[in-house]
Order: sequence, then structure tokens, then C-alpha cells
Amino acid sequence: MQPSETGNPDYFHKVVDCQWACPAHTNVPEYIRLIAQGKYAESYMLNRASNVFPSVLGRTCDRPCEPACRRGRLESDKPVAICRLKRVASDLRGDVSDMLPKIPTKKNGKRIALVGAGPASLTVANDLMPLGYQVTIYERYGKPGGLMRTNIPSFRLPEKVLMDEINMILDMGVEIRYDSPVESMSGLLGEGYDAIFVGSGAPRGKNLDLPGRNDTDRIHIGIDWLGSVAFEHIDKIGEKVLIIGVGNTAMDCCRTSLRLGGKDIKVMARRPRAFFKASPWELEDAEEEGVEIVINHAPKRFVIEDGKLVGMEFDRLEWDEKAEKSKVLETIIIPCDDVILAIGQDNAFPWIEKDLGIEFDKWGLAKVDQRTFMCTRPGVFFGGDSAWGPKNIIWAVEHGHQAAISIHNHCQSVPVTDRPAHGMNLLSMKMGISEWSYHNDFNPAHRQKMHHVDLVQRFKDLNIEVELGFDLEQTAREAQRCLNCDIETVFSAPKCIECDACIDICPVSCLTMEKDGPEEELRKHLTVPAINLDQALFASKPLPQTGRLMLKDEDLCVHCGLCAERCPTAAWDMQQFQIFISHAGDPVTTQCAAA
Amino acid sequence: MPSIVKPRVAHPSLKRNDVGLTVRDYEGQMSTLCAGCGHDSITAGITRALWELSIPPHMIAKMSGIGCSSKTPTYFVNGAHGFNSAHGRMPAIATGANAANKELTYVGVSGDGDSLSIGLGHLCHAIRRNLKMLYVIENNGVYGLTKGQFSASADVGTKSKKGEVNLMAPIDPVMLALSIGATFVARSFSGDKEQLVPILKAALSHRGLALVDVISPCVTFNDHEGSTRSYIYTRQHLHEATESNFVPPAREIVAEIARQGGTNVTMHDGSVIHFSRVPDNYDVSDRKAAMDYIREHPAEVVTGILYADESVPEMHEMNKTPSTALAHLPYEKLCPGSAILDKLQASYR
Ligand SMILES: Cc1cc2nc3c(=O)[nH]c(=O)nc-3n(C[C@H](O)[C@H](O)[C@H](O)COP(=O)(O)OP(=O)(O)OC[C@H]3O[C@@H](n4cnc5c(N)ncnc54)[C@H](O)[C@@H]3O)c2cc1C
Ligand SMILES: Cc1ncc(C[n+]2csc(CCOP(=O)(O)OP(=O)(O)O)c2C)c(N)n1
Ligand code: SF4
Ligand code: SF4
Ligand code: SF4
Ligand code: SF4
Ligand SMILES: [Mg+2]
Repeated sequence: MQPSETGNPDYFHKVVDCQWACPAHTNVPEYIRLIAQGKYAESYMLNRASNVFPSVLGRTCDRPCEPACRRGRLESDKPVAICRLKRVASDLRGDVSDMLPKIPTKKNGKRIALVGAGPASLTVANDLMPLGYQVTIYERYGKPGGLMRTNIPSFRLPEKVLMDEINMILDMGVEIRYDSPVESMSGLLGEGYDAIFVGSGAPRGKNLDLPGRNDTDRIHIGIDWLGSVAFEHIDKIGEKVLIIGVGNTAMDCCRTSLRLGGKDIKVMARRPRAFFKASPWELEDAEEEGVEIVINHAPKRFVIEDGKLVGMEFDRLEWDEKAEKSKVLETIIIPCDDVILAIGQDNAFPWIEKDLGIEFDKWGLAKVDQRTFMCTRPGVFFGGDSAWGPKNIIWAVEHGHQAAISIHNHCQSVPVTDRPAHGMNLLSMKMGISEWSYHNDFNPAHRQKMHHVDLVQRFKDLNIEVELGFDLEQTAREAQRCLNCDIETVFSAPKCIECDACIDICPVSCLTMEKDGPEEELRKHLTVPAINLDQALFASKPLPQTGRLMLKDEDLCVHCGLCAERCPTAAWDMQQFQIFISHAGDPVTTQCAAA
Repeated sequence: MPSIVKPRVAHPSLKRNDVGLTVRDYEGQMSTLCAGCGHDSITAGITRALWELSIPPHMIAKMSGIGCSSKTPTYFVNGAHGFNSAHGRMPAIATGANAANKELTYVGVSGDGDSLSIGLGHLCHAIRRNLKMLYVIENNGVYGLTKGQFSASADVGTKSKKGEVNLMAPIDPVMLALSIGATFVARSFSGDKEQLVPILKAALSHRGLALVDVISPCVTFNDHEGSTRSYIYTRQHLHEATESNFVPPAREIVAEIARQGGTNVTMHDGSVIHFSRVPDNYDVSDRKAAMDYIREHPAEVVTGILYADESVPEMHEMNKTPSTALAHLPYEKLCPGSAILDKLQASYR
């Protein structure tokens, strides 16, 4: 097996499971340590550098980091509550206006147009304003935020929290034109902007064309209905509501219904629970509020009596194990007053003329380059849900960062394919014999449970935020659960005398010294054979005394530092890894102090 | 001292032994030895051997004297009994303990100082008694605990850390044991657990006293150039005389091995030491051959199970003690009283 290339930033980055999994590569362990030290503003700003909306995301993020978190792989353990710790930093940060990027008064002469004021466009503005660009946002509605405002209900994301963070960007001097839907791309191109970014989202909710669909006004498209609630055009609903679909939109629809007079709310799913799209925590929150989730029901028709919606007919199904084939057990009618369709979103670009050199694929999506976010017409960029269909906020943010890099290149006449490289740094954490400048002990505490407003109180007003956030004690405990995966075990083969001390001390049996061989073979002959093949197997250069290799299965290392402490020659060291994720205008920083 | 106690968190796929425990359940306190000390590695080897043999922790007695090596029983099997005796007296204390309760598995850990200087006489007599125990000498050529003076096992010509040369002839515990009738003698190296662990398992299954001399570098006082007990010197001079594995009793493989023939030693408890390699004309039950072989390789560290004889009775068998451990006999039986003693004495008059 070849020695691992630890000089490549990807190697150690991948060990920091959460940061690697985060689309914007937020430096989670460092922000958690800052929280533990009470440095909330610093923690907030570190978050903001990557994810731009820490307060919003600390409440709403899809949190791809958490399923990836190493802590979740330990025996009967759960991931660190990464997302809700982010909210702590934002709740306690105080005023950070001094720490925000400074905006040059002298502009660079380049004008950029952004379509839509969702998180994707706002991120582009956030990245380009400090570089001297003049940015104009065109927004269809009278308020900014995109789906964060219109679709994420205020009991999950209070409007003030959202506006605070949007204002940090708009206050940089962004020109925003409300109630200004862009109706012609050709017209916009005619305005002479140096680049255009399309961040218009995936605005069209999917319809369900079954008999009876057009015979009543009590069938609603989920995202439109949530939008109408947000803009206060709708403030009530019938007592019995059926939600069709079981994704996250369905969860927001059912919980919103409960707050507008709904009493008997059923979420109707075609397939069994294991195949639901909604995040487990969203399901949990909905069920806590008394929403009933009904599985294995396929919609057949809307039942209309005397021009009034009275129910919906379903086939009750039985599925095979993989939920691929089903058979109908019976057909039943479930009574209801309203039906909300929450079965997905489509993109729609009726406003982009077909003769502008912007090519579309057969699904109606513009052909967009995966790395540069540029479409087939140079100078026009896409990002967020408008690029490849509905995703989530953190992806929209990351798309915005990447598009901003491309726009900056484009405006400076640098090829958009020239991306700044990621830099890395390693800094020893050794303070003395058996002394580290990080908290290396393993804390066996359980994941802290989020407290909620009580079940009566919370329904009194649509805008009552349900989650209370962690208190200080919970915060302290949760922060200590983080394993500091960025404090990496860095190995230097020439120093090793093969004494076995590190192998013997490792609590999770990560380490092995073994004769060289093919990686698949070595993985089988570890102190404990590797069970998770997605995780790297570190291999050293041959060791001086026997020529064996030092191997480390990265899977379960708890970064306790004991290997380095018990090593007589400091062949192992614990070093803080930092990756420099480049944003628009960043110089390429490659400082490599690797051992 | 390490900054933290080894966290209890463990690899989820750690195996369990026949008594339902993982190897982590056989660990002890955190070691306070120098980082990289060979003794710690032997501790890990003993931990593994006891776990693999599924000996319940409360049926183990850890015995030791004084020295860095003698501190190590604290670092394995927290749940076991233990006695940390005076310098060199481990064999005597172990004899007493074993006499009282032969049901326990005795694990003695000593150093070359503890066993070859102050405790030499005790060691010899324990060997003569064929006391049923594992007797490990963690051999680093120095008195580690008292800062690195040459011990009785230091080779002629070996240099101390400060450069002075040892002129006195060494006592080789393996040769000593062979010459006074030891019934199981082996040597290994702390840096080679693949060899050490099966040897320890065989030794733990031996009928009487099993002496295992383990070369165990002292990283702090004897791992320099000019030392003959350093990691590098030991690795460069290792000579694996016999290669063997240990097959526990009641496994089909025992019968299979018996059918195959070759060099095997069937232990008192039915387990088998299967020798996959022995030198030509080498017989593990021939005491003289073993001694000759070692003498013929003076410049090398000869390792492996070098001699094993299951035919010699151990102390209790020799003394025809009752089948029940003395500790479990009712007091009246153990001490029949002065009337009976008087009668006995009268019979000698
Ligand atoms: C019900 C629901 C709940 C969700 N909950 C979460 C959640 O909890 N966490 C999460 O991470 N994600 C969630 N999402 C997804 C997330 O909101 C989106 O992925 C994200 O907002 C996409 O950002 P965007 O900037 O690409 O587009 P959008 O947020 O959709 O913003 C697009 C903006 O463009 C404007 N616009 C559109 N066309 C034009 C035009 N022609 N001219 C001018 N303006 C135009 C729109 O009015 C809108 O303001 C949810 C989505 C839904 C539907
Ligand atoms: C009666 C007595 N004499 C001397 C000592 C001092 N002493 C402590 S440990 C030791 C030698 C230990 O050497 P060894 O058994 O090889 O152990 P190591 O530390 O090398 O593992 C000596 C002489 C003592 N503790 N007690
Ligand atoms: S334990 Fe901490 S650093 Fe490691 S993956 Fe989880 S949150 Fe990230
Ligand atoms: S830091 Fe070292 S000892 Fe601790 S878990 Fe990781 S590899 Fe094992
Ligand atoms: S503790 Fe250090 S010297 Fe010993 S084997 Fe491990 S890396 Fe090598
Ligand atoms: S002094 Fe030597 S024998 Fe004692 S603990 Fe240190 S390295 Fe081991
Ligand atoms: Mg010694």
C-alpha cells in the first residue's frame, strides 16, 4: 500500500467528518471549542465565514454534518448536536457589526445582477460586496429571503432572526429592487451588467392530477399555501386536513395547519417509514404535536359531494421489503376538509428566452457546469435550487460561494475554471509532557435534548418559536461531546522505535503495525478489522527497524491523544488541522507545516 | 502520568470471550511507567493472553516484588486479586498463596533485578517446587526503577547510558532455570506480541512453574547505542529457535494435530502446544539439547518455547494435598486441634 498523502488537504479534511460533509465546509470543531470557551461572537463569525446564515441554519439546517459525525459511529452514541450548538453561538453573540467585512467605498466598476433574494443570491452579494462590486438584486416579492421567508414557518425560524442576517448583507450597500419579477432575461442582459446570477429557486409546487382536482378550492399546493400563510393571505384551515407526501414540506404544512385551526391532521405516505424523505427530527417534532402519519396509502381521487370536498380515496398498499412492488389490500375513503399537496417542486424558467445561448436539458433545467456554475452563455451563472432542482439552504450558500468565485474571475478576465486551491496548516497541540492545548478527554455524556415550548402554549400564536435553544449547562455538556476531530494524529515514521505503546493504549483499537500489503488485505488484518470502508486507512512509510507499516483506521479515533502521549519518541503528535477554504477574492494560501 | 484515564469507549466490534468479556475488561489502571517502556507492551500481552484463555478475573492472582516491572500487575486485570510483595520475595509469597488456594491462576511478574539479584534464591526454590504459576521476568538488563544500574542479567561489554562498561558475567535466567530443573522455559521479546501471547497462553496452561524471560527494553536507561537490551539491538539479534502456537483444549483441532504428528506437547489440561518449526535434531523435552542450543548461539537472543515437560508433578501433587483448596477446607479439618497434635507428637517419641 502506498503511504497516505497527508500533505494533500483532503486527507486530514476527510477525518473531520462533519466539516467534510458540510457543503460549505464549516469548521465545526473549532466553532464548538469557541462556544465552550464562551467566545460566542468569534464562533458566530467563524460560522459566518463559511455558511453566511448561522442564526438561520442553527435552527433550520438540513445538517448533513450530523449523520456524518464520528460520535454517531461510537457504540450506542448519537452525533453531536452540531446544528443547535450553532444556534447557541448566534443567540449569545451580541453585536458583531464591527467584525463584519468592510465594504470599500471606492467600487471596482463592475455591476452584477442577481435574480431572486434567496440564500443563493444573498451569498453571492455577501462575497462580492467586500470586493468592490455593485450588486443589484431583483426580487419578485416585497420582502427578501426566498423560501426561508415564504416557506419555512416562523415557529421554526422567527422573522427577526432571518432579517438580522439578511440585513448584514443588504447593509453592505446592496441595491435591492422589491416587487420586481424579472420577466425577460433578454431585457436583463440588455441592462449591461458584467455578470448575471440566477438564484430564482425552484418555485413551482408539483400538482396531483386526480379526479376531482379541479372541482374544489380546498386543495392547495404546499409551497404556495405556506407562502400565502407567510404573507398573511391565509389565516385559517378546516379541522380535518390531509397532507399528501411525507417530505420536509409536508412536515411544515401539517404543523402550520395545527396553528390555523386544524384539529385532525393526517400526513399520508405511500410507502413505509424507512423510505420517508423527511428528516427524522422533523418527523419527531410533527408527531410530538399530535400529527398522525399514515403509511402505505396511495391517493386515488378527491371525493367531492355537492361541489364540496368531503374526503379523499386511497388504495391501502402492502409493499415488498425494498418497497419496490406493492399490492392493493383495499380502497378506503378518509374524510377531510382540506388537502395540501406536498409532493415536490419543479423548476420553471418561463422568463428566460430560448434564443440567448442558454441551453436547457430535457427536464427544463439550464445546463450548468458543476464546478463553475456558469451556464452555456458566458457571464450568466446559476445557483441554489435554480441550478439542479430543490436542495436546501446550506447547498444554496455553497453554490453562491462558488458562483461568486466564478463571477470574480469572469470580471477580472481570469478563466472561470481557474479555482483557487484549498490551503492547509498543521499546528502541534503539545504543551508539555502529557499536556495538550485542547481538551483531550472523552466525555461520555449523552446528546442533549432540545427543550420545546409546552404543547398548549405553542399553538397560541403562529409565530411562537417552538425550540427554546440550549441553556448554558446543556451547551457546556454538548460542546464537550465533540471529539475534536480536527486535532489530527500526525505520524513521522523515521522516529518510531516500534515499541507498541501507541497500539496498546488506543482505546478504540485504531492502530496496527503490519507488513506491507494491498490495502484490502491490510484492512482485514488490523487490530480490529475495518468495518467502515468509507473511512481512510492511514499507512506510514516503512518503519526503520522492521520495515513494517504503521496503519491507522481513521473510522473511530476519538482524538484522545493517548497514542501521542505514550509515544516515547513523539513519532505521533496531535496537531490542529486547519483547511483554508477559498472564497471569492481570497489569495491562494498554501502554508504547509506538516511534520 | 498520562493526562487522562484511557476512555471506556471501545471499538464496537470487539469480540467477547467465553465468559462474555472483552479484552478491555482485562485492563487495569493507567500505567505510570515511562512512555515506550517494554514492560507496558508485556502488560498488553498478558492482558490479551488471560482474556483469550477466558480466565474469569476473580480467579486470577497477580503477584510481584519491587521494580518498574513489579509495578505492572496494577496495569492489568483490575478485577483480579494481587499482592505486591517486598523486593525479590514474590516467589515466596506466591508459594504461600498458591499453597492456600490452588484454584486461582497465579501470574507472577518480576524483573531481572528482582529475580536475579535480591530474589535469586527465592526464584530457584520456586522452580524446584514446580509451583504452578506463570513467572514472567521482564528483562531489561538494568534496575529501571532505581535509575538504570546494571542488573545481574547485563551482558559483559554492554554500556550504561553514561558510557561505563559492565565486566561481570551475566546470569541468564533461561540457562539458570534449565540447569535447576525448571519444567517450562521460554524466551520472548516485548516488541513481538505475535510470538509472546501464544507463549504466555501455553505457560498459563503448564502443569507447574512456567518461566518466561521477556526481553523488555528500558527506553529511559537502556535503549542507547552500546546497550544489548535496546529495541534495535534486540531486533537485530533475535533468533527464533522454535515457532509454536497454542491450541486450547476441547477443540477439534487438537485431535487433528495429534493425527498429523510432528512436535506437539500435550498439556496437563488437554491443550496442545503445536510446534510448527523446531531446529533439526531439537527436542523440546530434551533439557540438554535446549541448553546446548543456547550455548551454540551465544551472540543471539534465542526465543521461543525452549523446553517443556508436562510429566513433573507440581507442588500440591508432590505434597499430596487434598483435592479441595486448603482455603476452602473447614477450619476444624485444616487445624485438627491440640489434642490431635499432642497425639501425633507422642507417636514420634
Ligand atoms: C416548505 C419548505 C421548507 C424548507 N425547509 C428547509 C429547512 O428547514 N432547511 C433547509 O435547509 N432548507 C429548507 N427548505 C429548502 C430551502 O428553503 C431552499 O432550498 C432554499 O431556500 C433555496 O434557496 P435559493 O436561493 O436557491 O432559492 P429560494 O429560496 O427559492 O429563493 C428564490 C427567490 O427568487 C425569487 N424569484 C423567483 N423567480 C424570480 C424572478 N423571475 N424574478 C425575481 N425574483 C424571482 C423568489 O421570489 C425567491 O425570493 C425548505 C423548502 C420548503 C419548500
Ligand atoms: C530490599 C530492597 N533493596 C533495594 C531496593 C531498591 N530497588 C528498588 S527496585 C530495584 C531494582 C529493580 O530492578 P528490576 O527488578 O530489574 O526492575 P525494573 O525496574 O528494571 O523493571 C532496587 C534495587 C528495594 N526497593 N528494596
Ligand atoms: S465529533 Fe466533533 S469534530 Fe468530530 S465529526 Fe462530530 S462534531 Fe465534527
Ligand atoms: S488519538 Fe490515538 S489513541 Fe486516541 S483514539 Fe485516536 S489513535 Fe487512538
Ligand atoms: S509509541 Fe511511538 S515509537 Fe512506539 S510504536 Fe507507537 S509510534 Fe512507534
Ligand atoms: S525506568 Fe525503564 S524500566 Fe522503568 S518504566 Fe522507565 S523505561 Fe520502564
Ligand atoms: Mg530490570
